[in-house]
This record gives sequence, C-alpha cells and structure tokens, in this order.
Amino acid sequence: MIKHDVVIVGSGLAGMRAALELCKDHDVAILSKVYPSRSHSGAAQGGIAAALGNSGDDSWQEHMFDTVKGGDYLGDQDAIEEYCKAAPRVIYELEHMGCIFSRTPEGKIAQRSFGGHSKPRACFAADRTGHSILHALHEQLLKNSKSIKIYSEWYMHSLISDGSRCAGVVVSDVRTGAMETMHAKAVIFCTGGYGRVFKITSNAFASTADGVIAAFNAGVPLEDPEFVQYHPSGLWRQGILFSEAARGEGGTLLNGDGKRFMETYAPTRMELAPRDIVSRAEQSEINEGRGIDGKDFVHLDLTHLGEAKIMERLPQIRQLGIDFIGVDCVKDLLPIQPTAHYSMGGIPTDINGQVILNHGDGKATPMEGYFAAGECACVSVHGANRLGTNSLLEAVVFGERAGRAALEYLKTAGFAPINESQEKTKVLNQVEEIYQSDGSESYNEVRTEMKETMTSLCGVYRNEENLKECISAVKDLQSRFKKGKVTDKGKLFNTELYEIMELGNMLKMAEIIATSALQRKESRGGHSRTDFPKRDDDNFLHHSLVYKNGEELEIKKRPVTITKYKPVERTY
Amino acid sequence: MSVIKIKRFNPEKRKDSYFQEFNVDLKPGTTLLDALNEIKWEQDGSLTYRMSCRSAICGSCGVKANGHATLACQKQAENLLDKNDVITVEPLGNMPVIKDLVTDFKQFWEKVDQVKPFLKNEQAPPEKERNQSPEQFKLIDDSSTCIMCGACYSDCNVLEVDDKFLGPAALAKAQRFVGDSRDEDTLERVKELSEPGGIWDCTHCGECVERCPKPAQPFYRIKEIMTVALEKGVHNNNGARHALSFTKSIKNSGLLNENTLPVESMGFTNIKGLLELVPVGLRMLLKGKVPPIIHKPCDELNDVKRIFKELDQ
Ligand SMILES: Cc1cc2nc3c(=O)[nH]c(=O)nc-3n(C[C@H](O)[C@H](O)[C@H](O)COP(=O)(O)OP(=O)(O)OC[C@H]3O[C@@H](n4cnc5c(N)ncnc54)[C@H](O)[C@@H]3O)c2cc1C
Ligand code: SF4
Ligand code: SF4
Ligand code: FES
Repeated sequence: MIKHDVVIVGSGLAGMRAALELCKDHDVAILSKVYPSRSHSGAAQGGIAAALGNSGDDSWQEHMFDTVKGGDYLGDQDAIEEYCKAAPRVIYELEHMGCIFSRTPEGKIAQRSFGGHSKPRACFAADRTGHSILHALHEQLLKNSKSIKIYSEWYMHSLISDGSRCAGVVVSDVRTGAMETMHAKAVIFCTGGYGRVFKITSNAFASTADGVIAAFNAGVPLEDPEFVQYHPSGLWRQGILFSEAARGEGGTLLNGDGKRFMETYAPTRMELAPRDIVSRAEQSEINEGRGIDGKDFVHLDLTHLGEAKIMERLPQIRQLGIDFIGVDCVKDLLPIQPTAHYSMGGIPTDINGQVILNHGDGKATPMEGYFAAGECACVSVHGANRLGTNSLLEAVVFGERAGRAALEYLKTAGFAPINESQEKTKVLNQVEEIYQSDGSESYNEVRTEMKETMTSLCGVYRNEENLKECISAVKDLQSRFKKGKVTDKGKLFNTELYEIMELGNMLKMAEIIATSALQRKESRGGHSRTDFPKRDDDNFLHHSLVYKNGEELEIKKRPVTITKYKPVERTY
Repeated sequence: MSVIKIKRFNPEKRKDSYFQEFNVDLKPGTTLLDALNEIKWEQDGSLTYRMSCRSAICGSCGVKANGHATLACQKQAENLLDKNDVITVEPLGNMPVIKDLVTDFKQFWEKVDQVKPFLKNEQAPPEKERNQSPEQFKLIDDSSTCIMCGACYSDCNVLEVDDKFLGPAALAKAQRFVGDSRDEDTLERVKELSEPGGIWDCTHCGECVERCPKPAQPFYRIKEIMTVALEKGVHNNNGARHALSFTKSIKNSGLLNENTLPVESMGFTNIKGLLELVPVGLRMLLKGKVPPIIHKPCDELNDVKRIFKELDQ
C-alpha cells in the first residue's frame, strides 16, 4: 500500500495548481494517466480571463455580470463573485512564476476580445495559452520535486470511501499493470472533462469521464451533466479546435451563400456572441440546407486578417489547418462545424472545492476529505454555458482553493481506515470480467456507436423523442460492452485494457448526460430542446443532481444562488 | 490498400523486436495516428503507442516514420507512403523501448531537469505583472512552444554516440530561461550550459530543426545560448575550447572537402557556418591558439566516435 498525506488525481492546470498549494507543508502525490505536461489543459489556445484592464477599462463586476449572463443565470453568483475577484491576482501570480504571456507595447500582459465578454479580457500567449500555463506550472512542480511525488502514467480506478469520508484511491501503474491502493488523508480530483463521449469533439483521447464516474460510483451525485458546450469552430469531421481567438481577432463566419449569417442570430455581438448561440446558429444553417454545398459545415474566414497578424496571433491555428486538411487560412476558408468541447457539469463542490453529497434543507453535507476542481467539478461558475477563457481561470482559481481547503482539513484529519484487499479486489474483478467476456462484440463498434448516438441524438439540438431513443441505445451498448473482445491480456503497458475501462466509464456518463437532458424540459445555455425552446425559470431555475440508485438514476434539484443579478432574458 | 510496417516489441512475449505489416485503406485526411488507431481498434488490439490530444500539442505521439522522428497525429498518412505504398513505423530513437512504439522518456526528463527549468528571480514581485516588452517576449516565444515530444532527441546524432549530451530539447528549454528578461541567473546558466555535455557538444547538424514539429527548433536556440555565453565572456571553458578547436581543425585539414561522406552522414557540414552564426565572439576566440584535434581524415563512424571520446576527456 502506498501512503501520502494527500493524493491529487489529474495534473492539468487544476491539479498542478492544487499541488503547489500543499507541497510546502505536506507529502503530496500527483497522479496522471498521461505525463503531467501532456494533460489536456495544454490544448487550450485562446486565453484566460481576468479584468486586468490592460486594454481599456474593466472591472471584476463586469466580468461577473458577463459570466452570469453567459451562463444563462444558472451559475451560483457567490462563487462567480469570488472567482472574478480572484482572477487578476492569480494571473499576476502565474506571471511571477514565469508563465509567458503576449505583451502590449508597454510591456503589460496583452488582452483580447472573446465571445460573451463585453471587454477585451482574455490574457493570452499567442494561441497556446493553456500550453504556456501548463508548462509554467509543470516547471514549478519540477522545482518542488522534493515534496511532490509525481506518479506519471498511473491510472485511477476508484475512489475509496465509506459514503461520508474519503480514504484514498485504487490505482495502477500503466507501465507494469501493478494494482495499488493509495491511502490518503485527503483526495483531490482534477480529472478534466468528458468530451470523448461524443463523435465530434475537441477533447483529447484522455478526456473520458474516469474521475466523475469514480465519484458517482462512490455515491457522489453529478451536477448539471446535461450542460455540454458545443464550440462553434471545430474542424469539419475531426472536431479539432480552431480557437475562438480566431473570431476574437476578427474572423467571420459564412454560410453556403457566402453570407455572414450571425447577422440573423446575434446582430450586436455577431461572431462574438457566446458559444451556445453561435453553435446553434451554425447548426440551424446546416439543418436548413445552407451549409457549404449543402453539407454539414460552414466557413471560418480569416483571409482579411493578413499573414502578419495571423502569424503573430494565430500561428498554431494556421499550422493546424495546413497539417490536418491542407487549408492555409491566410488564403483560404476553413471548414468548421460545432464540436463537443466542454463539460459544464461535474462533481458538485462548494466554493472551496469541498465535494458536496447533498443539500437537504439548505444545509450542505460534504464528503469529508474529498475535494474536486477544474473541469471535472461543478462549482458552478459557468451555469448553463461557459464563456471562452473562463475555464482555464476556473482551473487555476479553484485548483488553488481546493488545495487550500485540503490544507485546512489536513490540520486535524488523519488517515481513515480502509480495507485494502476488498478495495483492490473490486477493481481486479472488473478487470477479470473484461478478460472473461465471451468476445462476441467489438469494443470499437460499441465506442463508435456510442459517439455517433450522442452526437446525433443528444447534440446541439435535443428533443424528447431523440433523447429517449438515445438512452435506450446507450443501455443497449452497455450490455454489448460486457461481451467485448480483448486481444491483449498482458500486464506491460496494456493500453487496450485502459481504453476498455475508459469506454465503460463513458457509457455510464452518456446515460447520465442524456437522462438529465431528458428531464430538463426547457432550453437554457448549452442545453437546447426543440420541443421546449424557451427558458423556463418557473420550473427549471435550479441545478440538477443525478444520483446512483442501484442501477437506476435518481434526479434531485438544488437551488441556484442568486445574489446580484436577477435573471432576465438573455439577448446579444 | 497501403501497408503500414510496424516495429513490434513485447518482452512479455518475445525477447527480440520484429516488423509486422498491416494493410490499411488510407482515406484522404487520415493522419498516421488515425491509421495506427484503425489498426489497434480493428486488427490488433495489442499494438501499443501513446497518444492524447491528436492535435500536435501534447507531445505524446512521437514515432519514427520512414526513419525520421515525427508526431503521428501531425502527418497525413498519404504523404508518408514510399514508392511501394509502404510506411515504416518504429519507436523513437535514443531511448529504450518499453513496448512496440512506447519508449522510456526517463533520461529525456532527467536532462530537462538538469537545466533547472524554472524561472529564477529572488526579487519580491511587483503588485502587478513584471513588465516585458514584445521584443523581449519574442526572444523566448519560439523556445516556449516546445511540447517535449522527444522528436529532436530521438534523431540527434550526438546522442547516438554520447548519451551525456543534454540534447536538443533540454537545451531549447534552457534557452527559454537564458533568454527571459525576467530571469536573474543568466550568467550562471550559460556557465553551466557551457560545460561538457552542454551547448558546445552540439555538432550543428541541424537534424533537430528538421524534426521539430514546433517553432522551438532547438539548434537555433542552442546558437542563441552560445551567443549569450560569448557575449557574457563565458568562453574560457573546456566545452567552448573543444568545440572551437574541433571546428578549426576540420577547417584546417580541409576535411569538409576531402571526405564529405562521413562528414555529411554525421551532419558536420554546417560547422563552417559556425563563424557566421556567432560572429563577434567566435572570431575573437579564434584569434587564440587552439591545438587541432583531428590530424587525419576520418572515414569511419568509429573515428567520429573516437573523436567524441577525445573531446570528452
Ligand atoms: C482544444 C481546447 C481548447 C480550449 N481552449 C480554452 C481557452 O482558450 N480558454 C479556456 O479558459 N479554456 C479552454 N479550454 C478548456 C480548458 O482547457 C479545460 O477546461 C481545462 O484546461 C481543464 O483543466 P483541468 O485541470 O480541469 O483538466 P485537464 O487539463 O483535462 O487534466 C485532466 C487530468 O486528469 C488526468 N486524469 C483523468 N483521468 C484519469 C485517471 N483515470 N487516472 C489518472 N489520471 C487521470 C489526466 O491525465 C490529466 O492530467 C479548451 C479546451 C479544449 C479541449
Ligand atoms: S543540431 Fe545539435 S542538438 Fe540538434 S540534432 Fe544536431 S547535434 Fe543534436
Ligand atoms: S524541441 Fe521540438 S522536437 Fe524537441 S521536444 Fe520540443 S517540440 Fe519536440
Ligand atoms: S497526440 Fe498529442 S501530439 Fe500527437
């Protein structure tokens, strides 16, 4: 058995930031199924929000209002307030650590416009902001390597808990296949999003819902899983992202008739309306036959920006176009379509990253010793739709807060007892089941069908009929999954086995997303029902909480915290 | 149907490595990574490689395609086909293989660690950001794009014969701090980087520039460190002296003209460019007496290795 004061699962921005908070006082383990600097945070291109006011006046209040409105009034305003206030400080701290940012002529951190933000608020490092922050934090991890033990290419299987207090995790070393229990006083989950559930997605292969499902299996509900963000500029058929920065720098969207169709949908903000609105506009154009040549894509036009600006501000995006479809955006139009991008929902936490089991009678019951931050968590600052550049900020702000909360908890907490062999056996049995299955089905087909089902029946537009069909299709896939065929039964670096376990998690997540989408009979932010096209504050101004009830899902509600801004209609 | 010929290795099953061929129908738009996935998911689930972002940013999927390191996700498979419609895929070089296309990056990361890859600045930070002009940012813009994929490390010729060499990725990372206007340790850094195993052991073959999928392009970063080192007066060290005498002796003995084969195959052709690259400092140094190391033409790889050994002492 391995023992550490605190185990952090996930080493993206949230996990690394949390580790730095704890490493001065405690023995910290940080575990990641990919090498830490290969975490998906590194793919973030466009920027990180903070009201620095380096490109004209700005304030945390405006940032807060934009975030509340962008989230269609489902975000918890107490959390949003703290978060927007903290933003400038955490950005300066990153800069002091050595993080690279593009600069204004005076040498300040440069800022640019982003969808849904009323001011140029996105701090950026060309078009590789996430990469820049991830590597800066990774550098700090290496600097503190004496007190932070990195478990690189280790996989977390399950959370150990008695239902009210968390005691550790069951993990395995991908390289050797060795299964271990990690005993810890506190556990922090920073396992990222789950976009891989969908066919067209901007997410990495590693974004597979392991963390949220481990929490769910341990009795933690999942909050607002129906809210998935579709980003308007995914590369056609691949889903690879062309950052919103492309539109922030002046890129326009054209339909099959060559028209800037955003005029019809968001006349004031045009291409810089929030993502849910732009994605729906694209999908409507496509559905109504106005895609390019009637196909399922529209054009992103950057040609008028000129090569110099593109090379200064969007070099990586240009390269992506050239490498992946042979289109040079300096001269030609990029074919794009909506792509599943971000998971607004996740493990419910309070404002300090403390995981909350339920909210009976307005009182929150925590799972002791268990914290979560970043995309896997739902605080909720994004509500029904996240604004671009708000997610890197969330990972840094709440990574830090979760780290601090764990620090506080560790002042008094000890190790909770665990039954090592029992916990390990549970996971080993799971592996054994996979090895013993009759092999009559192909995991690849199950995975492909799940992704297609989710994209076509639970995508940008949803309705009752499709969602019901989606749920039954996913359940059918869950039973086919039990009969999948394995080729590699070895212990050494068995990526096939890990992919199968990830698929198992995603199949559960798919069911949770669709089920929660079915019960929300309204349209709000990223969740858009053609059969209930309006927002319905009377019946649905609340968070959804999906619990595991045997094999069934049970859905409860939690009220939204509203402090400063009363819900009004959301127009741009 | 095209053929993807993959070097397989699984010590759990068999001691040696071997090539296995898979037939794949490469549709337009298929990257090499897509092709590997198709094989893994439809033909042989035991095929093992790393991947995550599939958009050339995480640095997981480095492999050798037709003998050269590349990111599998960044290359259209079609463009890699040889005249027989075959793509040969092998694990990255200069690292031990764990299984199939998965290599052990341990030494790679240890070397990154050696260059103290974090900002050093003991001053109390200002309330807001430290100022840095766009021009100062430009000096570290390129090096900061490195994704630690190991492509350069895999194909670096020096590492093949001398595993003490820090190698291109660690040196590119070092430049990220040497060039950073906010870092206070520049002199210390260039001193350490001028020790044996550092910047002066690079033979300027330019291979890493060919292989690097990003603007990081280590060789240019190494040159930048050399320039800073010489500007700071850091040339009275074995590394710089060895490298310079080596350069000079090759120039003097005319090896570049007479014996192009081994020279070119080891990529030394760029050495004479060294003078133009770091003009002031080098010309200054070359005025001093430097004993030639190479006395006879080297026509074997072994000779080259011997020279490296000599340089090491
Ligand atoms: C292409 C793209 C561009 C984006 N651009 C922006 C942007 O410009 N601005 C912005 O604000 N946001 C952006 N986002 C969103 C943002 O990048 C993410 O939401 C954020 O980085 C998530 O960080 P994280 O730390 O929560 O998780 P991640 O960085 O995803 O890290 C998850 C970690 O968990 C680990 N992990 C997961 N499961 C397991 C397991 N079972 N065992 C062990 N380890 C595990 C992974 O290895 C990884 O280390 C973008 C997202 C994408 C996909
Ligand atoms: S230029 Fe130098 S670092 Fe780059 S591959 Fe050649 S010898 Fe190695
Ligand atoms: S310098 Fe280039 S090739 Fe080398 S590790 Fe970095 S990105 Fe890869
Ligand atoms: S998969 Fe990330 S670089 Fe290729």
